Amino acid sequence: MAMARQSLLHRLPPVSVMIAFLILAVMLVLVIFAPMIAPMDPRDVSSYSLMDMEIPPAFMDGGDPRFLLGTDNQGRDLVSVILFGLRISVLIGIGAVLFAAALGVMLGLVAGYFGGVVDSVVMRIADVLVSFPTILVALLISGIARAQLGTDMVLTWAPVILIFAISVNEWVQYARTVRASTMVEVSRDYVRAAKVIGLPSGRIMVRHILPNVMSSVMVIATINLAGAILTEATLSFLGAGMPPTYPSLGTLIRIGNQFLFSGLWWIAVMPAAVLVILVLAVNVVGDYLRDRFNPKLMAR
Amino acid sequence: MTKTKPPVLDIRNLRVEYPLATGDVLVAVKDIDLVIQPGEIHALVGESGAGKTTVGNALMGLLQAPGKIVSGSIDIAGKPIDLRTGRTEGIVPGRDVGAIFQDPMTSLNPLFTVQDQLCEGMLTHLKISAREARARALDLMKAVGIPEPERRLGSYPHQLSGGQRQRVVIATALACDPQLIVADEPTTALDVSVQAQILKLIRDLADQRGVGVLLVTHNMGVVAEIADRVTIMQNGAVVESGPAREVLTAPKAPYARTLIAAVPPIDTRLERLPVPSEETKVTLEARDAVRRNNKKGNAERSDEVVLDVRNLCVEYGKGSLIPGRKTSVFKAVKSVSFNVKRGEIFGLVGESGCGKTTVANTIAGLVTQSSGDIDFQGNSLGGHRARSVRQSLQMVFQDPYSALNPRLRINNAIAEPILFYKLASNGAEARQDAKTLLEAVGLPGDAGLRFAHAFSGGQRQRIAIARALGPRPSMLICDEPTSALDVSVQAQLLNLLKDLRDLAGLSMLFISHDLAVIRQMCDRIAVMKSGEIVELADTETLFTAPKHDYTRELLRLAPSLERILERERASA
Amino acid sequence: MIRLLSVRLLQAILVMVAVTAIAFIMFRFVGDPVASMVREGATQAEKDALRAALGLDRSIPVQFVHFVGQVLTGNLGTSFRYQQPVTDLLLNRLPATLELVVVATVLSLAIGIPLGVLSALKPHALLSRLTQSATLVGISMPTFVTGLLLILVFAVNLRWLPSSGRGDLVDLGLWQTGFLTLSGLKSLILPSITLALFQLTLIMRLVRSEMIDVLSSDYIRFAFARGLPKSYIYSKLALRNALMPVVTVTGLQIGQLIAFAIVTETVFQWPGMGLLFTNAVGYPDIPVLSAYLLFVGFLFVFINMIVDILYTFIDPRLRTK
Repeated sequence: MAMARQSLLHRLPPVSVMIAFLILAVMLVLVIFAPMIAPMDPRDVSSYSLMDMEIPPAFMDGGDPRFLLGTDNQGRDLVSVILFGLRISVLIGIGAVLFAAALGVMLGLVAGYFGGVVDSVVMRIADVLVSFPTILVALLISGIARAQLGTDMVLTWAPVILIFAISVNEWVQYARTVRASTMVEVSRDYVRAAKVIGLPSGRIMVRHILPNVMSSVMVIATINLAGAILTEATLSFLGAGMPPTYPSLGTLIRIGNQFLFSGLWWIAVMPAAVLVILVLAVNVVGDYLRDRFNPKLMAR
Repeated sequence: MTKTKPPVLDIRNLRVEYPLATGDVLVAVKDIDLVIQPGEIHALVGESGAGKTTVGNALMGLLQAPGKIVSGSIDIAGKPIDLRTGRTEGIVPGRDVGAIFQDPMTSLNPLFTVQDQLCEGMLTHLKISAREARARALDLMKAVGIPEPERRLGSYPHQLSGGQRQRVVIATALACDPQLIVADEPTTALDVSVQAQILKLIRDLADQRGVGVLLVTHNMGVVAEIADRVTIMQNGAVVESGPAREVLTAPKAPYARTLIAAVPPIDTRLERLPVPSEETKVTLEARDAVRRNNKKGNAERSDEVVLDVRNLCVEYGKGSLIPGRKTSVFKAVKSVSFNVKRGEIFGLVGESGCGKTTVANTIAGLVTQSSGDIDFQGNSLGGHRARSVRQSLQMVFQDPYSALNPRLRINNAIAEPILFYKLASNGAEARQDAKTLLEAVGLPGDAGLRFAHAFSGGQRQRIAIARALGPRPSMLICDEPTSALDVSVQAQLLNLLKDLRDLAGLSMLFISHDLAVIRQMCDRIAVMKSGEIVELADTETLFTAPKHDYTRELLRLAPSLERILERERASA
Repeated sequence: MIRLLSVRLLQAILVMVAVTAIAFIMFRFVGDPVASMVREGATQAEKDALRAALGLDRSIPVQFVHFVGQVLTGNLGTSFRYQQPVTDLLLNRLPATLELVVVATVLSLAIGIPLGVLSALKPHALLSRLTQSATLVGISMPTFVTGLLLILVFAVNLRWLPSSGRGDLVDLGLWQTGFLTLSGLKSLILPSITLALFQLTLIMRLVRSEMIDVLSSDYIRFAFARGLPKSYIYSKLALRNALMPVVTVTGLQIGQLIAFAIVTETVFQWPGMGLLFTNAVGYPDIPVLSAYLLFVGFLFVFINMIVDILYTFIDPRLRTK
């Protein structure tokens, strides 16, 4: 049975996990030091020229060694554009995960610990929220923001709006898991013992229950990081996310999509490849963590 | 049951190994022999990890990978099993061997009717028509004594009670007329009264149908109740084997002797259970320290009432926020009154669901009563409690595996309440107190540096007791503190609790379903049934001259070692 | 069972009330409905007249009741962008979305369930190892990238299949279907595969984990102990238990499917409700957005009711309680 329980990666050697870790580490370094590493600053108009536009990747006919992954329609080096895009994608992903996790863990703990009316209220709100897929909610919020704040404001505040729009129903997953684990822990004798000892509720929640539910939170957070990055990319691809002036990977793919039929496939495919590699690496690590720390947690 | 028939089970030199990830090999079963004659019930007993369940699984072909039979032979009804594959795939489980598992709640598929599950085995193995199968199913239902068998055939498992489900499981095991039945802890999940019925059913089936039964159990009382022969296992090897009467009344092997001595007797009260004492110099010194600490306020035993419970009622199931979900009230405790005197151990006994744990939880403050008074040392206990009250009332729980926070070092877990009640001025002092408490309950002082998973069930329960003693309580509530433990560990723990009562001048509320344990521990006892106390008396009075019918019924049905002698008298 | 269903019904009504309230708030308070409806350079008097005509001068509760009444009679307002009744816009595009979603669901169930069962039963077989690695890539691949790659390969390079639109349609009165023409069917292939791939991964993983759980349960061990044949245990006993949560999740996933239909429709310029919605977000066309919200809310509630009713037929524990 122990064998059967192991999931997906059981047969793949842990090498795949190591590679994924490595990819993530490299990406993290690239993201942090992007301004120093990138061959040019895509936001600085003087650093690129229309002379270089639409050059294919260096490994293809007509490629130019200066532009490893080619250039876009404005002559910008794709490597630089993608590095800055990656930076924005990762930042928004992490921001959304942190915000959603903080909110969800807090509400889940309180709902699971106290039960009763508090629990019912929180969970009914959660039920209604998850009736609507994240993308849909995020799109709605984006649309409302446009109507309410005006396009300029939306462009300035795009990252914040995105983080909010993505976490607005992602917290539910944390809350549900934490609530379920909390309810299990509350019925465990060590929590009952803490109650009999006379410890106050807040202390029991933070000191006794939280450490015991944290491993599932970490696992969900990793898996959700992949989801959050994908959601951001999708929103940007649909034109409801980051503007072309501050493009994330999704925005870059949206731009590249226009050139698909003119044979300039690399403008879309290169950022897409980076996006898929990033998400895949996060997923591999997330899957591994789930198997390692919480095999009962359902794959979602 | 003629002697000319071959034995239904003949195991020779069976060895089962589990290769470990580290490259080592765990020998789960070490070269055992075991023979069962037709109509014979052979009990395989031992404490957890003894390998008894592995034997059962091996001969049903249910060994879990990577476990495998490495040598030996198994003959069922004279037919040898092909072991070349390393698995017992030679026999047809279900046709030649029937199985009964521990938990009737999970042994049946919830999505299929009783009839479906009874018939599928027959249709597979016996090549009979669906009509014949149904007719046989009906016979089986009658044979295992299920009321309204016709109607029950169409029922789903969830519509049956636990006892009825176990009867269905037994009927399923009998469906193809096997010569051998493997019953793995068949009554462990059941209440005493249901247990007695199921045991009688198994005994009758062996006598009337000549089925051989391999009864895997940890409960000596069950063995005494129905077994013809007993094999005692320890660490995968057979320690002693023979007729039940001989093994139970005059065990020869040292381990067998300790094991049987550790079983609490129901007919007499012992000062201490005869298990090796663990009192060392360290323990005694630590206990002295504990005694000095607890001096204030904890006088010797007296008639002073410490806890007075009057007309306690507890109801569960209040309305919910969702409109439409009706308020359904379940009265768990109905007007219960009793008191506990200083230094006394007061017992609450009853079957599962009788409300005894709810009473304990209410007194401990985990549940709030719907009406009635609890008076504890002059304080009335309701929803809100003074700090001093909380400090004086501590509790030990049933499940040692969930009683300790897995993320907390043991000495921090014990030090936490000590610090919280400001019984130590700083963390270092509190951890020193924790060390003393650990030594007092018989653990090494440096045990505190480790986490809960490093300890066995019995050790964890000791840690839980040490933690409960930390706030220097005057009363300890023990909710089935030993029911999850092996019998020898239970004996040591019961002795420890008695010592601590004397040492710290504690009063105790002791809850158990086990009458023998209750008899060993308690001064006075209340018997509970369906949320009410039906009888309350001194221990000796209750056991020697029970007044209420229910008490007598419980005493009559409780399995115990003495049964073997009774059975002999009856058959003589 | 009736009690359970009535509780569910009440929950459904609760959800619908919440959704309607949000839709109303959007409709009424987001942006200025009057400003977006009057012609440019209108006088204050004209604006006031329009405000009164729209009932915006009345008290909020009265407006809400009016709004609910309008919704119940199928009047969801007028699109800012197209200046047409939103109900007509949605109904026009409903067939396109439904055909896409149905084909994708059927595809994903038909492939996902067998693959999930296989990888639970034979975790070491080559096919299950391949599919398990593939699902990981599958969940890491955003729908729009899948669509993009499919277009690149099959439409741009190979020129086998169209990359956008629904092809030729047959008008069945209220319903315009693409099922009856070759170009309609060809147009359906890429979008439905794109949408199904996302769903497929989830179903496969779910079936697999449920199957593994069920196989380790006591009643399956007991079935083995009774010597029932493996194939019988797997196909009749275990699968039935394992598929129960799949029913729920497939129900819940319809919501996800609608959401990802938005993405798929945008990639393939598929003239369904999703494309309408994306365009409305960019405009922003608030009446369309709030109507879409109402529609998805209703669909979700409706499908969940069906799943609940279905459940009472599959699970005897609910039927007789």
